[in-house]
Amino acid sequence: MKALKKLLDKARPTFEPGGKLHAFRSVFDGFDTFLFTPRETSRSGVHIHDSMDSKRTMIIVIAALLPCLLFGMYNTGYQHWLATGASEFPFWSLMLYGFLAVLPRIVVSYVVGLGIEFTVAQWRREEIQEGFLVTGILIPMICPIETPLWMIAVATAFSVIFVKEVFGGTGYNIFNVALVTRAFLFFAYPAKMSGDSVFVAHNPILGLGDKVADGFTGATPLGQIATSGAASHTQLLSSMTTIANEPVTTWDMFLGLIPGSFGETSTLCILIGALMLLATGIASWRIILSVFAGGAVMALVANIFATPTYPASFLSVGDQLCLGGFAFAAVFMAPDPVTSCRTNAGKYIYGFLTGVIAILIRTYNNGYPEGAMLAVLLMNALAPLIDYCVVEANVRRRMRRSRA
Amino acid sequence: MSIGIKVKKGLDLHLEGAIGDTGAVTFKPTPTVAITPDDFVGLVPKMEVREGDAVLAGQPLFHDKVHENIKIVSPAAGTVKAVERGERRKILRVVVEPAEDFSASVTIETEGVLSSPEKARDMLLRSGLWAMMTQRPYATIPDPDAEIRDIFVSGFDSAPLAAAPGLQRNDYATLEAGVKLLQLITKGKVYVSRRQADNIPDIKGAEMVNAAGPHPSGNPGTIIAAVKPVNKGETVICLDLPTLLRIGATALTGKTQGTTIVALTGSELKQPKIASTLIGAEMKALLSGDIKEDNRHHRIISGNVLTGIATPIDGYLHLPYRQVTVIPEGDDVDEFMGWASLSPAKMSMSPSFPGHFLRRKLFRPDARLQGGRRAMIMSGEYDKVMPLDILPEYLIKAILARDIDRMEQLGIYEVAPEDFALAEYADTSKLELQKIVREGLDYLRKELE
Repeated sequence: MKALKKLLDKARPTFEPGGKLHAFRSVFDGFDTFLFTPRETSRSGVHIHDSMDSKRTMIIVIAALLPCLLFGMYNTGYQHWLATGASEFPFWSLMLYGFLAVLPRIVVSYVVGLGIEFTVAQWRREEIQEGFLVTGILIPMICPIETPLWMIAVATAFSVIFVKEVFGGTGYNIFNVALVTRAFLFFAYPAKMSGDSVFVAHNPILGLGDKVADGFTGATPLGQIATSGAASHTQLLSSMTTIANEPVTTWDMFLGLIPGSFGETSTLCILIGALMLLATGIASWRIILSVFAGGAVMALVANIFATPTYPASFLSVGDQLCLGGFAFAAVFMAPDPVTSCRTNAGKYIYGFLTGVIAILIRTYNNGYPEGAMLAVLLMNALAPLIDYCVVEANVRRRMRRSRA
Repeated sequence: MSIGIKVKKGLDLHLEGAIGDTGAVTFKPTPTVAITPDDFVGLVPKMEVREGDAVLAGQPLFHDKVHENIKIVSPAAGTVKAVERGERRKILRVVVEPAEDFSASVTIETEGVLSSPEKARDMLLRSGLWAMMTQRPYATIPDPDAEIRDIFVSGFDSAPLAAAPGLQRNDYATLEAGVKLLQLITKGKVYVSRRQADNIPDIKGAEMVNAAGPHPSGNPGTIIAAVKPVNKGETVICLDLPTLLRIGATALTGKTQGTTIVALTGSELKQPKIASTLIGAEMKALLSGDIKEDNRHHRIISGNVLTGIATPIDGYLHLPYRQVTVIPEGDDVDEFMGWASLSPAKMSMSPSFPGHFLRRKLFRPDARLQGGRRAMIMSGEYDKVMPLDILPEYLIKAILARDIDRMEQLGIYEVAPEDFALAEYADTSKLELQKIVREGLDYLRKELE
């Protein structure tokens, strides 16, 4: 390690103002602080600081995403194998296929996003911040596997520039950057982001897999429900089928062996991630808990007043919470500290409403089989308002005391 | 009569270098003493002595430019060795060389100080003890013209490595005299906080506050918030137990107290201990032979690790003159990927560090920021360690925006920078919260006065 430190110290003058590569100073600083904890000591205030920093915070979130990522690879391969009509499912081939399918998307997302972040950091003469590390991995995980790479690049660039950098960078964004990327794709290229065929990989990669037949459909369960016209719970259940035309059980939904966006299908893996985030205290338990509570309440209400006009209202509470991106949004999107409520009381309201709206949109708007994305974005916009009310309550308490 | 307070939000930092068996307190002589005007927040110094003048203990060295009756006195009899000035002739410190008999003291008029409010106030102002207290709002030295609502004495220091009060039996009469005098200058009550471990009996005339829980249970801000928060337009005074003792002693004897008991603490001392010395003593004299000789950079802090002042080895002891902490500086350490570390030696509130679960482990942190400065990202971190009914993130943002109305609404009059010390420690974005609050208070005072 000493040799590495020496190398960095030797290279430093090249990146200082006046050096040949001073245009890359932010990048150099970024790598330097990544490899070695900065030697900077406190100059005012407290003399000791907690060992926790934002690098570790972000890395823990990425670690919590790993189960979903790994499962996503397996499931991508599995769905592709199903779609090709295979009868054998070799584990490592499925994993490798999924890995090769998602890798270019991760690379594109990081290259575009980090490229913009590095440029802006250098332009502002700031240290590179680590906010995009999480966003960059989230973007491929919440998009259908068949999303073209150039679309991911365009959407990522739009989102990083107009949602984050124009507001001041990491910590200042008003909406969740990854979700805006998805919303941009969803509204700009709807044909590529929903429908029957985008959620399952179609083509062989490096000789793995097979070509899927033309006219193949592999809609997500929520997509099937929306078009099923089911008039009862039984009809609803029979309308949901896997690619192999077998009925989808709650267990399938929980494990995640169903078509869907890359990383969001497995409720089990999401819960493992949630445990990691809660155990380390990174994500707010108040938000995660109240999103699930809000979703459960709304699903129950919808189920009590179930009507054939809205087939999804026949879904049970458990199915509602397991299907689609709900759980993923509850654990990895809603608790984003920058865009969610900052007051403790606000977090309960924010989470609960996110859950309610997600299920509300999904159930009562057949045009949008997935409501979680829109719910979180809507609540991102409302979070400052909720916080404002909580802060005003504190202010009023103080004013009353002052008058008394 | 006593009030009970249980502090839930807070944090005790378990650091190496606490004082163990106290034993006998030795007196550490010092070649010079220095008084630093900057220690007295809100005071603009105007000199009363010149270099070369002979002074007695208790003789004013300088006074406040606005309130000329606020005096700062010499802790020792001797000669004024230097008046050190910085940019624009700002007085950095006044250095006094103590004479052989440094206790030779002026006599302060004490007749009637325990019965007349004016005389009590005059004695405090004249003896330099007034300036050793602070007020809320603004966390400055108290305004002599303000009407004092209540007085809060923090009877113990809950800060990391701080020593117990260590009162002697005959101190209680002195404390009672101090309380009696303070009672005269306020329309309200004199509150004295205590914790169970110290076994301090009721002090006559004072309202005792039994505080329990982790730091900042000893901070006056915590006690005020729990007992009777400061509203706009009200002024309260805060002081610590040693200052109350000095007030009592001066009221009884007419002499100012030039000595102080200092806890020498921290992981980089060979043997943490309690010493007695002169107020404003030289660090070099105070720590002679005590610092570990390990060729590492050390940070000497006059005060505790949360609110103290970093002082070079040729510096001096600062107000409140009761603790010195020596920790590793840490600017000579190369830590590879420290953010990924699972070392149990890392101190943190986060359960992602194994050290978090080692409840009995003592840590040896250094002065590094342990990360890069960021915008405020995580939410709710400050609330976990602040027992006040304040929304710290919003108050900090209002201060940064210099929004006076919002600052008032969010309770800036109730806080001092030290109330944000633990939040600053815990902050993953490494923001300088105490500095921000100090600047906010100064801005507000300048705009409103």
